[in-house]
Amino acid sequence: MKRRDLLLSGLVVGAALHVAPALAAAPALKAGVFEPPLPAPELGLQGSDGADLKLSRFRGKVVAVVFGFTQCQAVCPVTLYTLAQARKAMGAEAAGVQVVFITVDPARDDAQRVRGFLTGFDPSFIGGTGRPDAVAAVEQRFGVSAKKVPMSNGDYAVDHSSAVYLIDREGRLRAMMPFGHGAQDYVHDFRLLLAQR
Amino acid sequence: MKRRPVVTRAIAALLLLLLAGLAWAALAPIHLASRDQLFEIPKGTWARRMAGNKVEILPDRIDLTLGLNDTLLLHNLDDVPQQFGPVVMMPGQSFRLPFEVASTYSFACSAHASGQLAVVVSEHPAPGWPRLQWRWHYWKQRMAMMMTSKGRA
Repeated sequence: MKRRDLLLSGLVVGAALHVAPALAAAPALKAGVFEPPLPAPELGLQGSDGADLKLSRFRGKVVAVVFGFTQCQAVCPVTLYTLAQARKAMGAEAAGVQVVFITVDPARDDAQRVRGFLTGFDPSFIGGTGRPDAVAAVEQRFGVSAKKVPMSNGDYAVDHSSAVYLIDREGRLRAMMPFGHGAQDYVHDFRLLLAQR
Repeated sequence: MKRRPVVTRAIAALLLLLLAGLAWAALAPIHLASRDQLFEIPKGTWARRMAGNKVEILPDRIDLTLGLNDTLLLHNLDDVPQQFGPVVMMPGQSFRLPFEVASTYSFACSAHASGQLAVVVSEHPAPGWPRLQWRWHYWKQRMAMMMTSKGRA
């Protein structure tokens, strides 16, 4: 009994000694990181592909959640183009990455419109829309701000958060990438998250 | 009559010491224990704010320097979620945000009374005047933080 305990203790210590340096040396994400990671807020919206948009659909993949609107002239096209470039650079590994675009302008962005908008960047991107209160609830859960700004032509734009949320293969909200990072930073983080279980 | 040279020598020695100190501050490499700039949101912050108290946790502006203290680390010790920019931190959760580009970043922040926070990220200070200036600002910032924490206690 004693010998078995000793052996077990030895194994545990050995494993700890082996794992600890590896953990300490683990490369860090380029994005801001949540610690401890918690389950990501559920989406519960209508998908641009016609199916319900739930995070559980993408379990096993790394999910990048973007908030924006199809008439955005500045931030959204840059972010979506960057993500499309990142997926392109990843080659076959890109199959493990799902980009989800949630509209902050559900009054104008129906599923069809979102689908048409996203196809121009990457046909694999999936959009989410729904009733304004449902979209607002998702925004709140993620901490996204979105505010209508009237324009001189009588139309409006939406001033919104520009961060991209990274969800790991287990459905946990792991990180937030602020606007301005290039495709290579996304490739770096996607690969790290894909490598983790 | 004999006192004057002694005083002069003492002043000269002090000046030399001061110059040596300034030279060290301007030229010596900077080493910090950690690249994390930690801010904690204490337990009871939300309750105190709801009770009408003005609670300042974060300064209006946080200065970071690339290669030295270029990672913002926020820790929510409160009982309710707190928002920092586009991030909601659950109770007990922390958020570590590294910066790699020198710039000024603006964040909306519910942990701050004004609701706004600027993070100013500067380049690594070169030897000479920039390094001297950096040490001076860093020392001032540390003193201000110490005074704030004493005031809170």
